[in-house]
Amino acid sequence: MSPYKNQVGQSIPKVDVREKVTGRAAYIADLSRPGMLHGAVLQSPYAHARIKGYDTSKALAVPGVRCVLTGADFTEHFMGAFIKDEGPIAIGKVRYVGEPVAVVAADDERTARRAARLIEVEYEELPAVLTPEEALAPGAPLVHEDLASYVKVFDAKFEGNAFSCTDLSEGDVDKAFAECDVVVEGTYETQAQYHLSLEPCGALAEVDANGRVHLWSANQSVFRVQANVCESLGLPMSKLHSMTPKVGAGFGNKMEAHIQPLVVALALKVQRPVKMILSREEDFEMVRARHPFKIRIRTGARKDGTLLAREVETLLDGGAYADDSPGVLGYSLLMARGPYTIPNTRCFGRVVYTNKMRFGAFRGFGNGQVAFAGEQQIDEIAHRLGIDPLEMRLRNAMRIEEPWFGGQQVNSNGLAECLEKVREKSGWGRRARPSRPGVKVGYGVAACAHISGLLATSAIVRMLEDGSFVLSTGATDIGQGSDTVLTQICADALKVTVDNVVCATPDTDGSPYNWGTTASRVTYTTGRAVAGAAEDVGRQIKEAAAKMLNCPVGDVELRDGGFIGVKGSNTTLPYAAVAGFTHWASGGPIVGSKSLIYDAPTIDPRRAVAIGLPFTRIGVFSFNALVVEVEIDEVTGKATVARAWSAVDVGKAINPRLVEGQIEGGIVQGLGFALTEEMVWDGGRLANPTLMDYKAPGAVDVPYEINSIIVEHPEPDGPFGAKGVGEISLVSVPAAVANAIFDAAGVRLHKLPMTPERVLTAMLGAD
Amino acid sequence: MTETPKRPKSNSRLIALCVNGEWHEVTVKPRHMLVEVLREMIGLTGTKDGCEQGTCGACTVLLDERPVLSCMTLAADCDGRQLRTVEGLAEGEKLSVLQQAFLDQGAVQCGFCTPGMLLSATALLERTPKPTTDEIKKALEGNLCRCTGYNAIVAAVLQASDQGVTPLMK
Repeated sequence: MSPYKNQVGQSIPKVDVREKVTGRAAYIADLSRPGMLHGAVLQSPYAHARIKGYDTSKALAVPGVRCVLTGADFTEHFMGAFIKDEGPIAIGKVRYVGEPVAVVAADDERTARRAARLIEVEYEELPAVLTPEEALAPGAPLVHEDLASYVKVFDAKFEGNAFSCTDLSEGDVDKAFAECDVVVEGTYETQAQYHLSLEPCGALAEVDANGRVHLWSANQSVFRVQANVCESLGLPMSKLHSMTPKVGAGFGNKMEAHIQPLVVALALKVQRPVKMILSREEDFEMVRARHPFKIRIRTGARKDGTLLAREVETLLDGGAYADDSPGVLGYSLLMARGPYTIPNTRCFGRVVYTNKMRFGAFRGFGNGQVAFAGEQQIDEIAHRLGIDPLEMRLRNAMRIEEPWFGGQQVNSNGLAECLEKVREKSGWGRRARPSRPGVKVGYGVAACAHISGLLATSAIVRMLEDGSFVLSTGATDIGQGSDTVLTQICADALKVTVDNVVCATPDTDGSPYNWGTTASRVTYTTGRAVAGAAEDVGRQIKEAAAKMLNCPVGDVELRDGGFIGVKGSNTTLPYAAVAGFTHWASGGPIVGSKSLIYDAPTIDPRRAVAIGLPFTRIGVFSFNALVVEVEIDEVTGKATVARAWSAVDVGKAINPRLVEGQIEGGIVQGLGFALTEEMVWDGGRLANPTLMDYKAPGAVDVPYEINSIIVEHPEPDGPFGAKGVGEISLVSVPAAVANAIFDAAGVRLHKLPMTPERVLTAMLGAD
Repeated sequence: MTETPKRPKSNSRLIALCVNGEWHEVTVKPRHMLVEVLREMIGLTGTKDGCEQGTCGACTVLLDERPVLSCMTLAADCDGRQLRTVEGLAEGEKLSVLQQAFLDQGAVQCGFCTPGMLLSATALLERTPKPTTDEIKKALEGNLCRCTGYNAIVAAVLQASDQGVTPLMK
């Protein structure tokens, strides 16, 4: 037998990888139940219209159609993570093109889809607001007339179509700007990005004889599914059993509800299992996307490069429903200072209803948008002052003991090391720009921080009769590998190998509460709960062993490989013996648990003023620095990233290869955001809801070299020092690419994506 | 008693597909796509349906050893032909060299693109045993992955073709 190795810090293959490479992993579309029907949805053709009536007779006459539901079949119940403004279906009026107005359940999917198209809806078209500016204009039609009466989970500031307005400031900004030697100012625009989880959203619901609903769905949290379905249908939570199959990625689009409430409503109505899987087009049109931002930003510094002041104003298109928008707005402002010491910063932002699909959480959560603006300004100042842009960032990098913007204590900060690492590995100091005929080459750098944390989580570890363990957390692994990482944490804490721990599938009946797989939080927050629960189990194992060995608890210890040892002696007991003793003789089966909520305050009122901030306790900070080498084709304007170096301070890499996987994947999704991806509307209609017309990076579009560099500044209360890595590597990509484009071609792009046309136009203008 | 509805006219026909070395007889309509037949009639759900438009590559299978998009292939056109799906890559419990390489390189995250990737790459390796990085990228061009950023997948194909890439996970 090979000697036991610590499980944390090993690149152990994902616990579900064999299922996934053999095709046995079951995703929502792969599930079926006896007697199952298939659902389909009718979408609104109008951006804004009153619903005058429905005629479902033609649809119901189609053989094989079992049920049709329209807005008339629902009573008004509302869901929403921050503002309860959304029902399960359009009721009374439609607010965007593509919004569900009716649903059908039929014997097969084709029949359901055909019947859905036969439902007649009478509309009275209303004037629509399609941009935040239109929505803010005096006298603009209101997307939600009842905003004032909606339940809000925070002290929201709202007016007209602006449903959340947030102010955040520190220091004396006006005075500081007056002291600056150089001030740069600009406006920036970012686009809507589609998540493009390879698996489209779907759900399957079944009602049992007691009226209890069993629901499987593609999700990032079985508990958010439970809350959203129950809130939007008026069901008690105990009536809904929410489960998860394997999930084909999320990136934010499966955190809040998609079609789960509608599928449950159909199943309740027909009393048969109903499955509905969205088509790719529907997934584009009716789930959610990354917020388009407009950003006005001003940054000032002294001659020596010391940053003194920043002012930021953001305007976000929120789409038709609030969803996670207040959070994205608030978080983007908290991140708008960047990871720098800028003692005087003032931010103000608004997020506005429009008659477009909802915008919500997407990897980066508003951080990538403000970084695109702010990180270009750091470069501009460095350029004006003749300071190397990487050196400029090092000089202004937050010191280790410094608090974050708003006043939160930062307990681990590897930013300077990240910058040093990318400087060294990319050969920044010796970087050549070997421009070939027709090709310009440039290097860009950007830095950022991102949180991991937020809200409640819990874990239960149970010892089985043979001394192995079951870990339950309720955290959905959306592909990033959290089941593996949490298993490693549990196994390591109990000094066994991962083969001795099984990670249970999330299930609201069987798992303890977990807010969700979002906010880069599972390794950090759920990991803490797992470590705590395992420690609790370890304590109980020692107590039982001490009883078995007739010695004080203080004399026994956990030993590598699943043994209890008596200190200072070779006497050991295998865990199996302890498990047998507790199951059959004394004490009872060992169950350990740990619950926690992230509770360090974000705002220190002595330092900062915050108004309308939707959350007050966000999480701990990971840091990142990124260098990219960009080539620009002078004929077409096409910018390509040839190489990238990304260093991320993750506290402790529980599974280094999975950490690198997050960094690599985030960079490539960030390249799509930076260079090619853009959802485009033609009036109120999304013009490119297909992968033919929406260009996400393919294998041939990605850099040959993506160098992931792991930096470890342990978070004092993180599990083994770990903090999050899920989102951060995406955040700095658009900014680093923009800075490299400037380095190569001397032009600054203020609008994403930086398409060949935009780059070329800028270059021609510069000439 | 209500009148029995008229029996619908049927344009179905019986076809036979040899999937992973085993013949299956299925009754299909002219409009049935191969992906539906594999997943819903034969029960091989390893093949994924990501777009139904031939744009994402998740449904890639091998038809007479050539990669095809099963969402764009009419099932009736496959009558009497050989198909290979992800379920046919391993031999019992033993993973194929390529499957093992995906595991070793950390080339799988959510796994939804994985079956299509494996089949596109299997076809590549069968015709080009030692592909270059560019050849691999070109062969996988039609298979979207949103999680890994592709380089781990490229590394897995290099490892499987015995080109000096060593496992990163164990």
